[in-house]
Amino acid sequence: MTERAIHTLDLHKEYVVSERQAGVAAALRGLVRRQTKKIPAVDGISFDMRRGEIVGFLGPNGAGKTTTLKMLAGLLHPTSGEVGVMGHTPWERKRTFLQQITLVMGQRNQLVWDIPAIDSFELNRSIYRLPVSEYRHTLDELTELLELAPLLHKPVRTLSLGERMKCEVAAALLHRPQVVFLDEPTIGLDVTMQRRIRSFIAEYNLRNEATVLLTSHYMADVEALCRRVIVIHHGRLLYDGDLSALLRRFTADKTIVVQLGDCSNDLSAYGEVVSCDEGTVTLRVPKGETARVTSRLLADLPVIDLTVEDPPIEEVIERVFEQGGP
Amino acid sequence: MSGLFDLYLQQFRTSLAAMLQYRAALVIWLIGQVLEPLIYLVVWTVVSATQGGSVGGFTTGEFAAYFIVLMLVNHMTYTWIMYEYEYRVRHGSLSFALLRPVHPIHSDIADNVSSKVISFPGMLLAAGALGLLFRPTFHFVPWAVAAALPAVVLAFLLRFFIEWSLALAAFWITRVSAINQSYFVAMLFLSGQVAPLTLFPGWIQMIAAILPFRWMIAFPLELLLGRLTPIETMEGFATQILWIGLAWILMRTLWRSGVRAYAAVGG
Repeated sequence: MTERAIHTLDLHKEYVVSERQAGVAAALRGLVRRQTKKIPAVDGISFDMRRGEIVGFLGPNGAGKTTTLKMLAGLLHPTSGEVGVMGHTPWERKRTFLQQITLVMGQRNQLVWDIPAIDSFELNRSIYRLPVSEYRHTLDELTELLELAPLLHKPVRTLSLGERMKCEVAAALLHRPQVVFLDEPTIGLDVTMQRRIRSFIAEYNLRNEATVLLTSHYMADVEALCRRVIVIHHGRLLYDGDLSALLRRFTADKTIVVQLGDCSNDLSAYGEVVSCDEGTVTLRVPKGETARVTSRLLADLPVIDLTVEDPPIEEVIERVFEQGGP
Repeated sequence: MSGLFDLYLQQFRTSLAAMLQYRAALVIWLIGQVLEPLIYLVVWTVVSATQGGSVGGFTTGEFAAYFIVLMLVNHMTYTWIMYEYEYRVRHGSLSFALLRPVHPIHSDIADNVSSKVISFPGMLLAAGALGLLFRPTFHFVPWAVAAALPAVVLAFLLRFFIEWSLALAAFWITRVSAINQSYFVAMLFLSGQVAPLTLFPGWIQMIAAILPFRWMIAFPLELLLGRLTPIETMEGFATQILWIGLAWILMRTLWRSGVRAYAAVGG
């Protein structure tokens, strides 16, 4: 068995879109001759993933994340380049391939709206031809991990967004896929539910040695689950490596929070004052200066408390996108 | 094979459960199914009565029998897949179907059959009520009624394959309603829904015999009414089977290139 679960090499996907100028005349011209334009959605991406790896797939809207996931899942045919998942060519969509993968899209549902989730699960059992004992076992496990018991027998349309998402995730994993593609699995969910889904993904990955490729706008998801991240922008790869290394490289500043008791002192000599609120001053200083500024602050001022923090990960990633790569 | 049987059974159960959730919708849909043939029935019985009790070889009672049985045959071969596909492609739910390790047509057939099982008793009831109201005249020919059973099954398959193929137009065209409308108009006239085909001029009857529409409704219907000779029946079966073969090839070809087109643009 090969250790490599996912392989892509110089993957391209172009969409052909029709376009026209505004106005009736242009619309009439469009009837006769369609103006089309090629839009590169994925523009030469290469990466591999080992079995059992969880990778965070980051990029702003329209970066090509979903397009890449769809190519990996076999829904889209690449314009050019190599793509392989568990030794299969995805777009051939062979039964043996489809049995091994799943794609969860946070904004789309596969469960039948009008009936309880358990009925949709049963349907999936027959679609994937799962032996009944195996199905029961997996269902019990998923029910326990996701706390589905009170939800299974309610019609899906009566469930809340978070409850429905839990059922969607369970439906997508009943056949114990070895490769899991998650496109915004926590979108629109509250913090508690996000955390639950997140810990579930980690648990599933551990128990099944499943390979997980995850896109999310919530950096907390990525931070909690992925050591490795792949950053893409405008269809191109910006970064592929450790999340911590990326953060280090793009974190030029540190934030020092000093509690002084009042705001009478002007701290602008120590660094950039971000805020001063009821005696708590927030300073931004270059990373290299942190130790020196901290000791000076402690020596010069009546400090009650002092903490040094990294800037929020969202800010760092934003900077990665803005600068267009390391 | 047992896997496929299990799939049909499960899909059947799921569809049944989903449909039973909406009892009112079911009743309204049934009323619609009854209303259309009822209108033609009323028109033709009135025409027949004013013409001295018979038009083109159909007595008033035979018109009643024709449209009542038409209602049942139409119900048994009816599909709504063309509306369904437009929705699936537009809303991307087709993606889920493509990710499953089984051809989506199986779910569609099971779904269709289950809806018929639910609504058939209602249709029979409606047929009974219309029978009491309009006094149909039946010519019961036992062998023809027996032959009508496989003819209905073949008609269902033919109609399903053709309409499933047409539904696939949604892969290329965003607004498929224009295609659907032309199809329905052709269906209305050439399948014997507006009037028995023998009432039409010869050249229309010829076109109807060549095209598939007649074999989706009129053929099993005429068989049930005992209006066909054994030779015509054999010819009918042969034509049905031929058309099913052609429709099947068409469906496969369209499905393959449709999925390829879908994979090019995404959903």
